[in-house]
Amino acid sequence: MTATAERPATTIFRRPRSTTGLWSWLTTVDHKRIGILYGYAAFFFFVIGGIEALLLRIQLAQANAEFLTAGAYNALFTMHGTTMVFLFIMPASAAFMNYLLPLLIGARDVAFPRLNALSWWIFLFGGIFLYSTFIFGTSVPPVSPDGITGNLAPGGGPGSFNWLADSPDGGWFCYQPNCGPLYSPGTAMDYWALGIQILGLASLVSAINFIVTVFNMRARGMRLLRMPVFAWMTTVVAFLLLFSLPIIAVALFMVAFDRQFGTVFFAATSGGDPILWQHLFWLFGHPEVYILILPAMGIVSEVLPVFSRKPLFGYSAVVFAGAAIAFLGFGVWAHHMFASGITPVAQAAFALATMTIAIPTGIKIFNWMGTLWGGRLRLSTPMLFAIGFLAMFTIGGLSGVTHAVVPSDWQQTDTYYIVAHFHYVLFGGAVFGLFAGMYYWFPKLTGRLMSDRLGKVHFWLQFIGFNLTFAPMHWLGLQGMVRRTWKYAPETGLEPWNLAVTVGAFIIATSIAVFMFNWYRSKRRGALAGMDPWDARTVEWMTPSPTPEHNFSEPPVVTRLDHFWHLKYDEDEEGRPVRRPEADEMLAHLEDVGRHPTTPIHLPNPSYFPLVMAVGIPLVFYGIIYHTSAWGKALIVVGALIMLAALIGWGMEPLEEPHEAHEPEQEGVEEESGHV
Amino acid sequence: MLRLIRGATVAAMALLLGACQLIGNEDAPLTTFRPAGPNAERIDDLFWLVFWIATAIFVLVMGALVLILFVFRDRKKEDAREPKQLHGSPKLEVLWTVIPALILAVIAVPTVSSVFELTGCEDDSMRVELTGHQWWFEFHYPDQGVDTANVLVIPAGEEVCLEMTSDDVLHNFWVPALHGKRYLVPGQTTLLRLEASQPGEFWGHCAEFCGLSHSLMRTRVQAVSRAEFDEWVAAQLAPANLPADGTPEFDGYQVFLNKGCTQCHTIRFDDEASSNIVLSELFNGPDLTHFASRNVFAGAVLPEGGETHEQALARWLADPPNVKPGSFMPNLALTAQEIEDLIAFLESNT
Repeated sequence: MTATAERPATTIFRRPRSTTGLWSWLTTVDHKRIGILYGYAAFFFFVIGGIEALLLRIQLAQANAEFLTAGAYNALFTMHGTTMVFLFIMPASAAFMNYLLPLLIGARDVAFPRLNALSWWIFLFGGIFLYSTFIFGTSVPPVSPDGITGNLAPGGGPGSFNWLADSPDGGWFCYQPNCGPLYSPGTAMDYWALGIQILGLASLVSAINFIVTVFNMRARGMRLLRMPVFAWMTTVVAFLLLFSLPIIAVALFMVAFDRQFGTVFFAATSGGDPILWQHLFWLFGHPEVYILILPAMGIVSEVLPVFSRKPLFGYSAVVFAGAAIAFLGFGVWAHHMFASGITPVAQAAFALATMTIAIPTGIKIFNWMGTLWGGRLRLSTPMLFAIGFLAMFTIGGLSGVTHAVVPSDWQQTDTYYIVAHFHYVLFGGAVFGLFAGMYYWFPKLTGRLMSDRLGKVHFWLQFIGFNLTFAPMHWLGLQGMVRRTWKYAPETGLEPWNLAVTVGAFIIATSIAVFMFNWYRSKRRGALAGMDPWDARTVEWMTPSPTPEHNFSEPPVVTRLDHFWHLKYDEDEEGRPVRRPEADEMLAHLEDVGRHPTTPIHLPNPSYFPLVMAVGIPLVFYGIIYHTSAWGKALIVVGALIMLAALIGWGMEPLEEPHEAHEPEQEGVEEESGHV
Repeated sequence: MLRLIRGATVAAMALLLGACQLIGNEDAPLTTFRPAGPNAERIDDLFWLVFWIATAIFVLVMGALVLILFVFRDRKKEDAREPKQLHGSPKLEVLWTVIPALILAVIAVPTVSSVFELTGCEDDSMRVELTGHQWWFEFHYPDQGVDTANVLVIPAGEEVCLEMTSDDVLHNFWVPALHGKRYLVPGQTTLLRLEASQPGEFWGHCAEFCGLSHSLMRTRVQAVSRAEFDEWVAAQLAPANLPADGTPEFDGYQVFLNKGCTQCHTIRFDDEASSNIVLSELFNGPDLTHFASRNVFAGAVLPEGGETHEQALARWLADPPNVKPGSFMPNLALTAQEIEDLIAFLESNT
């Protein structure tokens, strides 16, 4: 380390030095800053996806409405689903994981900080790549098998906003052969397939990083079964990503090859199999559902105990149930395909497998209720969202069991009943959980509290709006409202409830506006939070707020689960907590030491190269889309050269840039890691 | 007091019934709540079994949650005691693992048995070959030799076996009153058994996203008595009437021959020479020989909103892609007179 630090300053490979301003954000490898970047980007895409949803709902508020053209409608539902899954919930969860995982396990950063920055930049450019389809993508009407081009009336038929139709319109599920080259010509679906490919790469990189972090960077005494549940769920999700993303990567390459290079993996006319795509997609897609929900379950498992002033009921059961859900999640994919004509034996087997998932899910729900039981429940905003999660997710779980009842699913699949179900799981579940986490950790992030009054307004608006939007979809589906339909006939009798749903969607939008205002105002003028505003239990609250760059001046030495709580509280003979007399003094000491570290602290240096590397990737993918043209080929070469240059720089740059703030410490962070 | 409680109960029940009425919406033509044949009834029974179990669990869990929130809410009293620190209970964990498992076992048994009962067809049931197109369903009756589109006519009280495939992308045939959904997969044949207990008309819809006009790919199933079905078959097998010279129908026939309709559509006449039998590799429009015998057309979308068959046909012929975006039937730029004549001709093909 000393040798590299003495590298002459004339070397072309310098580590960036900015600690403030734009350059510091572009070159940061700090997990907290990366988490914040992820968070804002995810929220931006949440708003975009929400606007898409509102446009869809305006179209559906009336029977036979002509607000959107069919093409615009199809593009909007495709991009709404894709955005909410890949550009909102996944990166929002990644934001929490990045910011919190090292803090929760008492570490100073993740195992590979530059890799962490790389995954963020790949994600960002993947999202931009995907959305650039609205500018560059084309989507021309389909071609019938005899080569006759389909016809579109001028302007794309009845309705408006047809300019939106030139974007991916094959659904986020990209079912073949509709999504193949014959029926979705144009480049829009290429943007989709390759965009998801890039985003998958980002998640894969983070997954490996988080796994290594959890197994190597824990503070002394932070045994695996002393980790907070959120850290556990991060680990489980990282493994899910690690095992499921390669499947979709292969499948997406097959799609891209079919579209770009004339292979026929999914073309039935040439002996390919369109159903193969569904197996591959859902073999990834179902674990993906748990990738989306498990982080929120982790958040809720942190929030409920703190606001009940009780430990999590059945900690190990909750952890193992999470792992069991993830494991079983790989064996249920064909329940998305009960109507596809798979054999009755397969249908029965997947029905039983699907039912078994209800058992660990139930274990979680009952343990959360056990946590609330007998507690002193403070109904602050994070708690309201966590309880909202618990109630809404239960509904989604129950409707989920009805899909395992195969014949019943034959009626419900591809109707709004399914739309209702997965929004109860992913919005009522994941999004409520994420909001609980945002209110809960906002003080950690900013040192201020969010307004509780506005938070409650947000919660109740969102809760009412959510139920008005998605509850009626259950019976709309059972009354025969088919999914992904641009129009429905007035004779179907579906109009009144659809209008109610649209009203609900706008109430949700209002609630999100309240949240954004609250966030903006509280960041500037919120009440100062202090180090431990919620009387929390886990070690991330043992550092000052906002978190100092080095996280912990003295990494905690963990003695038991909920380490921080037990430093503050003893238990009397009845098992009730009694505040230790020295608690306040300890907090003051922690605050002081946290702000003013007594020893120099080694932190990873910022780097240019994750950003440079990530710039190269979308260029290559743009080149693949236009590979038949000369400039397309040139883009591939340029992108590859940039990646190569970044790789060389990555390897060659000095480990340390000697400057005053970060004197290398004699004992590295490595030696402080814990033991299993 | 007792009267008050009784009154409140009656009022609550009325409200609940009203809500159920509104939610049930039995008049919705695509509703799954009004099964009209043994297959759909079997599914309906299973649905309600699971529904009531799920409702019971829902009421218990939500009731417990509300109770917990009410009882254990922090009332911010000064003398409030800190809660006992419970860490878990192995007994309870076992309990809430075993009870859900048992409930699921109760659901699993009828699920598995009904999967096997409701999949596939009886060997001796009547076959109909169903081909999905963007965006309409084509029906071919191999035993009777009948070809039709959009409207499937079946004898009531008999099982009909649909042998389904697709000409282009995935489609999904769904008539909620008769059975659940089944995909139409290009290159594969899937089976779906349909049976209507009583005569009646049932609505259907393509349920798998199949491109631009997926929303406008609908269908009807008409169940008729066996005698009526045989009559219908006989009528369908009859050739179309060649219109007499000088009638509006004849002018329409000329439009049909000369304006490109014959590129995709077949009409079989008595006289082989007048018939145009479209080669199958070119064929991509419905057989129009008995067009006027079908109460709906254009993917069973038209007529809609109370318009007559003729009004809808006029609208359709004037600009098909404007009614059905992406339709492979192009705007043929027909004059008003040509449309009128064509309607006269097509409506004569009963």
